[in-house]
Order: sequence, then structure tokens, then C-alpha cells
Amino acid sequence: MKADHPQAVNEAPIEFSATTMAEMNRVIGLFPEGKQKSAILSVLHLVQDEFGWVSVGAMNRVAQILDIQPIEVYEVATFYTMFHLDPVGKNVLEVCRTGPCQLVGSDDLITYIEEKLDIKVGETTKDGMFTLKTVECLGACGYGPMLMCKYQFYERLNKEKVNEMLDAMREASNS
Amino acid sequence: MSRKLLIEHAEVPGIASYETYRKHGGYASVEKALKTMSPDDVVEEVKKSGLRGRGGAGFPTGMKWSFLAKPEGVERHLVCNADESEPGTFKDRYLMEKLPHLLIEGMITSSYALGARRSFIYIRGEFMYVLRILEKAIAEAYANGMLGKNILGSGYDLDLVVTPGGGAYICGEETALLESLEGKRGNPRMKPPFPAVKGLWGNPTVVNNVESIAAVVPIVNEGGEAYAKIGIERSTGTKLISASGNLVRPGVYEIELGLSVEEFIYGDNYCRGIANGKKLKACIPGGSSVPILPHYLVTKTAAGTDRLMTYESLADGGFASGSMLGSGGFIVFDEDQCIVRNTWNFARFYAHESCGQCSPCREGTGWMEKVLYRLEHGTGTLEDISLLEEINKKIEGNTICPLGDAAAWPVAAAIRHFRDEFEWHVKSPQEAQTRNYGLIQAPLEA
Repeated sequence: MKADHPQAVNEAPIEFSATTMAEMNRVIGLFPEGKQKSAILSVLHLVQDEFGWVSVGAMNRVAQILDIQPIEVYEVATFYTMFHLDPVGKNVLEVCRTGPCQLVGSDDLITYIEEKLDIKVGETTKDGMFTLKTVECLGACGYGPMLMCKYQFYERLNKEKVNEMLDAMREASNS
Repeated sequence: MSRKLLIEHAEVPGIASYETYRKHGGYASVEKALKTMSPDDVVEEVKKSGLRGRGGAGFPTGMKWSFLAKPEGVERHLVCNADESEPGTFKDRYLMEKLPHLLIEGMITSSYALGARRSFIYIRGEFMYVLRILEKAIAEAYANGMLGKNILGSGYDLDLVVTPGGGAYICGEETALLESLEGKRGNPRMKPPFPAVKGLWGNPTVVNNVESIAAVVPIVNEGGEAYAKIGIERSTGTKLISASGNLVRPGVYEIELGLSVEEFIYGDNYCRGIANGKKLKACIPGGSSVPILPHYLVTKTAAGTDRLMTYESLADGGFASGSMLGSGGFIVFDEDQCIVRNTWNFARFYAHESCGQCSPCREGTGWMEKVLYRLEHGTGTLEDISLLEEINKKIEGNTICPLGDAAAWPVAAAIRHFRDEFEWHVKSPQEAQTRNYGLIQAPLEA
């Protein structure tokens, strides 16, 4: 179910791990009494860290935790592009496609990864290992072409580096 | 070689730790300000320095500070804009990653000047690893009595929090940033009221860029007048420039304002020229929102004088033949680059990033992207070029925030200087798919 479904609010909230809850309480505590909503982006990042994506059930739980209406979570989660609102692969490759990276070869990088993984932008590999996305400027313009995966930046990429990176990610996800 | 006031120690091993930073003179501005200066004295020094906002708008920082409303019993805030997301700009990331304590020191000294006791650093979500570096540094600053209650026995208390965004260019606009910091969608607010009167949670708030806040440290240490002696005219001090595109040595450079563009692009201490022995085709000197310059207007102005890295010189000639210093996001194009493709690319960026609140921007950016896509992919018409100019006029000045202008101006500039290349895409669509147009001729040479 999507956040814009009329029944979204009835989806059962899902529980978060003790580690996630402890970290959520810490980030909420950074803001003054009554302003806990300010922590919503931190909280949604933590949800995504645990599950890989942000489901409606998770959003409904976030609403309870922050003591706000579910719609207040939906409208935020759907506005900020870092949050994946559908299930994704174990490794989400977010390739910068904006001007400065394009000048140094991001178009070729995207095509190469598409061919290498046999998927198109927006798709996930059959084994669920990789999802390929394109994103707008990640603030690494002098070090392009580049991509981000799990908050880590992979910069000045070429074919060899991409091959090594993919192998290392596969290995890390299988172990 | 230019003096470095901000990143001189950036590559010192261990400089991200409190101890090493302190050994290299760190936190001197906090000691000086809290022990020997009143908050107004600090504001005065910043005014004297002539420091202009380093995020892109170039508004005098001291003046912005002096607008802050100070009603009795109402909390005030300083918010650091670390949402660095203007394409071509990556200087703040470098500064925060290498010198987290420099930003924290600047936050303390600046918060003291403004009477803020609860300050925030809003950093773009993609820089999560930098957020972790800052969190660690903030914890060290608390442990060493630089944050928290009664800092250095001065009676001044300050809490500092760093918090992430979620991937939205618009949150670099200060009122959208405040909305986001309140846990909402990043829709810019109508002004007035300005944040200086009603900002975060309705409290008076100053929002400053990372580099502006860091620059307060040398300004307080050396005095505003000494700072103002560096640079030319109303471009004082040093500036971080993010150099990207087809350069031999792209990266972050701290320059004294007033350096020539020629020296910056070709000098041994800077970018060392165009990569792979190619020729310069064009340059966007201040981030993707500022007008593009064709090669013959990059190192010289239309009047034939040397173009300098200053707010004034880069704007020389107005929109007809100049650009802007903006955020210092210096993007360089070699002769093989296609201006139509790049203009389409940036139009797609703005269409993607428009918050959707104002119709001229929401619809206009989408239209521009579609029309430019047609031109780039060989199905455009000559009327499309005039259509782009028309859409531009309908966007600029008609939106709540400057994103609309930022989307419109670069397209207008690209057509102004590279009309022949746009028309070539229409007249020779087959050829345009197989090769690049090459260098555009200067009007005088034509």
C-alpha cells in the first residue's frame, strides 16, 4: 500500500528494533519539548537504515512515536527524495546525473552499470542484490563521475573501479 | 600564493580532533569574543570585515545579523545552512569533513554575537558521514567546556545540534530550510516576515552558510579591518571555490578575492588548465544557477579588461556579457561539450527540484525540460527556442523563492551566447547526434 492510498492510515504500524528505538529517542531528545517533529527526517533515515525502505506501516509507527498525524509523516516522506517508498535491493546505487558529473562521463557510467547488472535505471536485479537509481547533484562535482551507496561516496569512477565496487558489495552482502 | 584563512590546516593529520585543532590555534576566537568582547563588538567586526554571504546571494553578513529582532524573553537562533546542493558546489563538505571544529568554533562565536543559546547545523542527508564527523566534534567541544553551560566561565550558555535533511535542493533556500528543520516539507515561506523576525518555530533566526560562519573565526581573531584589506572593492577576504568539469586539477581552492580568472583556470597553484590538452568552451563561474559564459567572456570582460574572481568583476556586463560569483561553484566546459545537452540537463535538475508550490516554477521548469529535451534529441523547432525565452519571462520574478529565477536565467544565458549551436541542433539534427558543435565564435570574430 502507498502513502496516498485512502486506507493507508489503517495499515498496522510495524515495530522497530531496540537499537533503532534507542537511537530515535536520542535524536528526538535533541529538540526542545514539544518540537519533537523536528526530528522526523532523522527518524525516517533510521527507519530506512533498519528496513532498507520506508513502508506505510513504518510511517504509521513514526506518527505514533512523534505524536503527530500519519499524514504529517506521509507528506514529508513523499517530498524528500532520499526515502525509498518501495522495497529496494540490498545495495541501492544512486548515480549522480547532474551537469558537472555529466561533463566528466556520468552518462557512460550509468549505461555501463545498466549493462553490467542487466537492469535499467529504477530496476532491481533478480537476486535482489542491486537497485540502480539516478539522483540529482550529490555535492561531489570535482570528483565525478560518482555514486552513493549506503551513505558512502564512490568517486572518480571508471569501469575497473565499478567492477571492484560491485564485487565488494556482493561479497559484503553475502557474508 | 594566496593567504589561506580557512583551510590552511585542512590536511594536518588529526586536525578533525579537538586536541590537534586546539594546538593549531583553534578556539582562539571563542576565547577572545567571550572574554574580551561584547556581542555587539563581534557584530561590529563582522560588519567592518565586509564579509558577504558565501552561500550564493552575497548579502553582507554583518548587515543580516543587525536585522535580527531581539524582543525581551524570546529565544533567538543561529542556523547553519549546510545543505550544500547547488550543482558545482562542494566546498562546505570539504570544510566540514576536514575541519569540523572550525565550523563549531564559528557557530559558538557567531551565536554569542547574536545572543542565540540554541543553534543548529542543518546538513544535507547525503552527507551523513560528515554529520557523524560533526557529531563527534560537537561531543568533544562539550567535553572541553566550549559548548553547554557557562562557556569559559563567561556565563554564556549554548547548545548546538546537527541534524540531516532528506534530499531536496530547495532546502538550501533559507525559509524552506526552516520549514524542513521544523519537520515539514521544504516549501519556501512568503516574505515578509523575514527569518530575522519570525524564523525557526516563530523565533527570530539568522541562517548563514557554512563558509560564512567559518569566516567569522579569522575575522574575530585578526579584526574586521585586517580581513577587509584582503580582496578588492566590495569583495573582501578569501573565498572557497569548488572547481569542477574538464580541468586538469578540479577540487576545492581557497583564493583571495581579486585573483584573475586566467590564473585560476591555468595557474600552477590552481586548476592547471583544461584537461586532455583541450580548449576552453564555456564556464559557469558560480554554481548552476548563474549565467554561463562563452570562452571569449571568461578571462576577459566584454570591455576587454581582465576578468577577476570578485563579485563585481564576474558580474561585469550584467546579464548581457557577465555572470555571478554565486556560491563559487566553478564549472568548466571543454570544446567537446554540448551546450544544448548541458542546458537540458540543468533544466531537468530544476524541474526535479521545484517544490511545486508556485505554478510558474512548477509548470515552467517542466516545460523547459521538455522543450530542451526535444532540441537535444533532434525533434526541436526554431519556434522552440523562442518558446523557451517566453517561458523564461513567465517564470522570473513570479515565484515565492529564487528557484524559479535560478532555473530561468541559465537557459536564457545559454540561448543568448550559444544561439547558433541551438539552431544547428534544429537545422542539422542528424549531424548533432553524431558530433559536437565545437567552439562558438565571438561576435567580433564572426
